[in-house]
Amino acid sequence: MQSLTSRAKQVDRKPMTFLERIYVWEIFKGMMITLKHFFKRKATIQYPDQKREFSPVFRGLHVLNRDEEGRERCTACGLCAVACPAEAITMEAAERLPGEENLYREEKYAAKYEINMLRCIFCGLCEEACPKDAIYLSETFAPSNYQRKGLIYPKEDLLIPNPVTEPEEYKKAVGIRKKQQEKAN
Amino acid sequence: MQYSLLAFDWFFLIEKLVLIIGIVSVSLVIAMYETYAERKVAAFIQDRIGPNRAGPFGILQPLADGMKLFMKEEIIPNTSNRMLFILGPCLAMLTAMMTSAVIPWGGTIDFFGRQVPLQITDINIGILYIFGVVSMGVYGIMIGGWASNNKFSLLAALRGASQVISYELPMGLALIALLMVTGSLKMSTIVGGQLDSIYNVVYQPLGFFLFLVCAFAECNRTPFDLPEAENELNFGYHQEYSSMKLGFYLFAEYINMFISSVLMSTLFFGGYDIPFVSDHNLVESIGQNWTALLQGLTLFAKTAGFIFLFMWVRWTIPRFRYDQLMNLCWKRMIPLALANMLITAAVVLWLKK
Repeated sequence: MQSLTSRAKQVDRKPMTFLERIYVWEIFKGMMITLKHFFKRKATIQYPDQKREFSPVFRGLHVLNRDEEGRERCTACGLCAVACPAEAITMEAAERLPGEENLYREEKYAAKYEINMLRCIFCGLCEEACPKDAIYLSETFAPSNYQRKGLIYPKEDLLIPNPVTEPEEYKKAVGIRKKQQEKAN
Repeated sequence: MQYSLLAFDWFFLIEKLVLIIGIVSVSLVIAMYETYAERKVAAFIQDRIGPNRAGPFGILQPLADGMKLFMKEEIIPNTSNRMLFILGPCLAMLTAMMTSAVIPWGGTIDFFGRQVPLQITDINIGILYIFGVVSMGVYGIMIGGWASNNKFSLLAALRGASQVISYELPMGLALIALLMVTGSLKMSTIVGGQLDSIYNVVYQPLGFFLFLVCAFAECNRTPFDLPEAENELNFGYHQEYSSMKLGFYLFAEYINMFISSVLMSTLFFGGYDIPFVSDHNLVESIGQNWTALLQGLTLFAKTAGFIFLFMWVRWTIPRFRYDQLMNLCWKRMIPLALANMLITAAVVLWLKK
């Protein structure tokens, strides 16, 4: 029979040799192995003090993007909701009224935009489906909550801070990865 | 002169009382920090860091653990035998503490012109006394397991009792060979013979090894921790125990470990003798009291080495199966110990000619 992995090992059922039967030598060998580990570098990451960096392709919590003037990019086309395999995105569209040009970029915008973080599988298909670059996945993850409804994020929670009125918060929200990408370009 | 029976040496009483309180509290503190050391050693061997949150490097961890055990609910099962249930952990603790009485912890100190030996009592049957007390340790396990009125506890207690009794045999035989070499049962004589000379382990390497293995078994430490079989007997003889009664059982194990480490250093590794240094010359150069202090520290250093060995072995090898345990004792160690005894006897006789 062909073995399933290249690391398969035949079980050795030979009777123990004298050295193995008196245990002492084998125990000594084992103790040398543990002694080696005693002085090894520890694998622990002391979590609240020390945080492990996410990988560059990490997909975390969603962010609804704004353009340079602080207008929402989303036009409520619904492509993200269609692309979503977990059906976590719900939205309602509305028409932009005169005088709201500084709030929304296009004539149509999302009046309601909710993502259910309990359903979301963080696959990033919404990000790829979006023709307007309005949604992308950030470097953080959704914090836990005591109630289910606390994990359905409304638009206010998802929107990135306004780069015009709150530049500090915006910079923070853009994150390290974006900066790294810009540096690379 | 007719009142000589009433003339009591009160200083003697006070001196011994102070010694007893000192030694008991030192062994308790050491047992406490053994739990910390055990967790640290386990963590280091498994590439972890171990407790480091309570105080700097986590050195307050044992206090937190003790506090936790004190605060827990005290449960006495109503089908248990109440008196024996409480007696079990008390006995375990008592026998663990009693052994320290005959161990010489250092040389004599000069306390305002009074010669005070750092030993609670120097009886001439020191080793026999230790054996007597150690074999009483079985009662702690046995009574605890039986009084719980629980099948698992009882089975584990039976196993534990038969294990401890079995391993007392090779332990005793190994010590008989040592006694033939030293020619005395008195602890101070055994240590005195090793002061500034060759340690007994050179004469009795096999005897030492047998004693070491038996000490592992007597302390119920891995690879012989079958009484505590959490995987097959549901936690062993202290399954029904909670709060500080459980704490006492666990604590007794650590005190036992400390005492057997001290015993091994005393019997085989020269006790409080400072290696590579002549103790007699030291007394002349830095004085009696400082020498005694250094000697005590040396004994503790040797003990710490053995305690580390205990932990190192524990976190290296898995537990023996019960039949392997019994085979090892009756078919390997007892014949070995007997052979060791006979050969030692023959050599001693031959040299005496």
